Amino acid sequence: MATSPPKVPSPVDILLRRRRLRPIETLPWAIAVAVYFAFPTYLPLGTEILIMVLFALSLDLILGYAGIVTLGHAAFFGVGAYTAGILAANGWSEPTSGLVAAGLMAGIVGVVSGFIILRTHGVTLLMLTLAVVFMLHEAANKAGFITGGADGLQGMVVDPLFGAFRFDMFGRTAYLYALAVLFLAWLFARLLVHSPFGRSLTGIRENVTRMHAIGSPVHRRLVAIYAISAVLAGIAGGLLAQTTQAVALTVVTFERSGGILVMLILGGAGRLYGAFVGAPAFMLAQDTLAKSDPVYWLFWIGLMLVLVVMFARGGILGLVDAALHLARRLRR
Amino acid sequence: MKYWKSCLAALLLLVATPFAASAQTVKVGLILSYSGQGASIGDLMDKAVKLYIKQHEKDLPAGVKLEIIRRDDTGPNPEVARRLAQELITREKVDFLAGLIYTPNAMAVASLATEAKVPTIVMNAGTSVIVRRSPYIARVSFTMWQSAYPLGKWAAQQSGVKRAYTAVTDYGPGHDSEAAFTKAFTESGGQMVGSVRMPLQNPDFIPFLQRVKDEKPDVLFVFVPAGKVATALMKAYNDLGLAQAGIKLIGQGDIVPDEELPNMGDAPTGIVTVHHYSASADRPQNKAFVAAWKKEYGADSTPSFYSVASWDGMAAIFHTIKAQNGKLDADKTMALLKGWQNPDSPRGPITIDKDTRDIIQNEYIRRLERVNGKLTNVEFETIPQVKDPWVQFNPPQ
Repeated sequence: MATSPPKVPSPVDILLRRRRLRPIETLPWAIAVAVYFAFPTYLPLGTEILIMVLFALSLDLILGYAGIVTLGHAAFFGVGAYTAGILAANGWSEPTSGLVAAGLMAGIVGVVSGFIILRTHGVTLLMLTLAVVFMLHEAANKAGFITGGADGLQGMVVDPLFGAFRFDMFGRTAYLYALAVLFLAWLFARLLVHSPFGRSLTGIRENVTRMHAIGSPVHRRLVAIYAISAVLAGIAGGLLAQTTQAVALTVVTFERSGGILVMLILGGAGRLYGAFVGAPAFMLAQDTLAKSDPVYWLFWIGLMLVLVVMFARGGILGLVDAALHLARRLRR
Repeated sequence: MKYWKSCLAALLLLVATPFAASAQTVKVGLILSYSGQGASIGDLMDKAVKLYIKQHEKDLPAGVKLEIIRRDDTGPNPEVARRLAQELITREKVDFLAGLIYTPNAMAVASLATEAKVPTIVMNAGTSVIVRRSPYIARVSFTMWQSAYPLGKWAAQQSGVKRAYTAVTDYGPGHDSEAAFTKAFTESGGQMVGSVRMPLQNPDFIPFLQRVKDEKPDVLFVFVPAGKVATALMKAYNDLGLAQAGIKLIGQGDIVPDEELPNMGDAPTGIVTVHHYSASADRPQNKAFVAAWKKEYGADSTPSFYSVASWDGMAAIFHTIKAQNGKLDADKTMALLKGWQNPDSPRGPITIDKDTRDIIQNEYIRRLERVNGKLTNVEFETIPQVKDPWVQFNPPQ
């Protein structure tokens, strides 16, 4: 205990230090709880934002950490939404087990599709992920007898949460439910990315040849993280289905895949908190603009994205980083 | 630039929103698609709402102000529509919900309307079952059965055709149309020789119509959603020479929408359709409506059945406001809507069924003709006061 700390920290120390919880990491949760009390009439929007944060977080695991560029993440979101929706429409109205089923189902699709398509990379992989979305979209469209097809799934009944908390019209239960699920998912994702497994993913992203050379089972690891990410995306989809009690084909579209990618990149990929910044920023901008200008709001969203991509490559968090860096340099 | 734009938007909003501190304000939450695939439909509906208010605002009881709160559901997105409705009810405390272009959106809003007791005026979504989903829903638009069923009867009984083929877009309204036409046509002694469902997204009609041509039916019944695809369908029908092969084309008004007619070029005349509205109808109420529209939005703009439903929806809302002198009670409003009649609608006399809260209206049989060089749907027969036939075959449990 009396020995002085070494001047140059070992890599193990660096990794362990990153794992430690910093005070700033509690900020999103403080905000989320404050919103519940401060803006009781904005909870439906709040719930949707929380769900999108979870969805973006799941995408960050594969895009930001493992470097899998995908336009097909809505596939898992959609599988989760339809699983939760179809269960609820056919008598299985208990929400938590429905959510678990949504995650599992999406995970299975993740393992199967990941096993096949993750043998490729680059543009081929991008096209294949896109193909998975299109296939699932068409399957959901054609299987109208269970999914409701283009008319949307009808007749969902969701029981009160734990038999006590009804999903009320003001969205209180839905908000807290989504918040709790997001919190658990965040704990899990945080543990994951700081684990040796998570580190190996970063290795694969940075230099896949070298990972092969040191004997890392690259394909197996990629499939594993792809499936884990799919489970989280499926849970996000299931949450959306249960809290809105509606599922339509739009849950599994290219637009949704693209949208979540934009949100993540807007926040900053590969840092776990990009999702917590990007999704709220995008959704709030969209909500505000769509209200003040229902006809041309898409233009302003587009302009915002162009500016971010041109001047803030690391997203909003990248900008914050750069600003902090600059401040530190100036102080010196 | 962005700052000024938002300032301008805020200013416009202030001007457009009638503020009055002392007055009674009636709030209507209007959920339409202002962006995405349904943006042009939303535009046609929003324009009708604006025009109605402009013409009739003076008729409101003294001290009563009307505020329209517009929200963009971005297309067939039930979860978005539901959230918007939730916000309109809890935050804006609206007295009415209105709009709703797509069936899934209307379905998603239904349980909220019931829970919050907010009268909801469906201005488009046409799947029959919607009105059963909430006692607080009334529909002023149409159902698919309302036009396809009479058309099936007319085709078998009066046009003298015996063998029919159906080609419909593969989603709810298409399935409804197919079922309604097939039932009516076979009940009246016709024979179905085939049916095909075409994809909703970017359909190429040639292979489907080629299959029809090979089958040589007397008549081809088609449903595609009104809009640009209708023009694409006409082009395919022309290119394949189905008319020359003796295959008549019939359908609902959706395949010859008024706003698309100028784009259809040399579409074959003689196509018979059944629908509740044609912009060229010569009822005086319609002439006045179209004239006011063209004066407001330019000679090139034509109102369509989307616009008429929104127009009548606003008329229904105005009726309930006036009858209650601006102090609205949800149950009283619904009681006023049930059995409400409007003899002066541009589409002819309409009634809201007192039992089903669904629209009762005339259906017109029209033939596509060239009048003064312009393609026009000319009404030549009226089927008066059609109730949704679907209800009769699917009685409430």
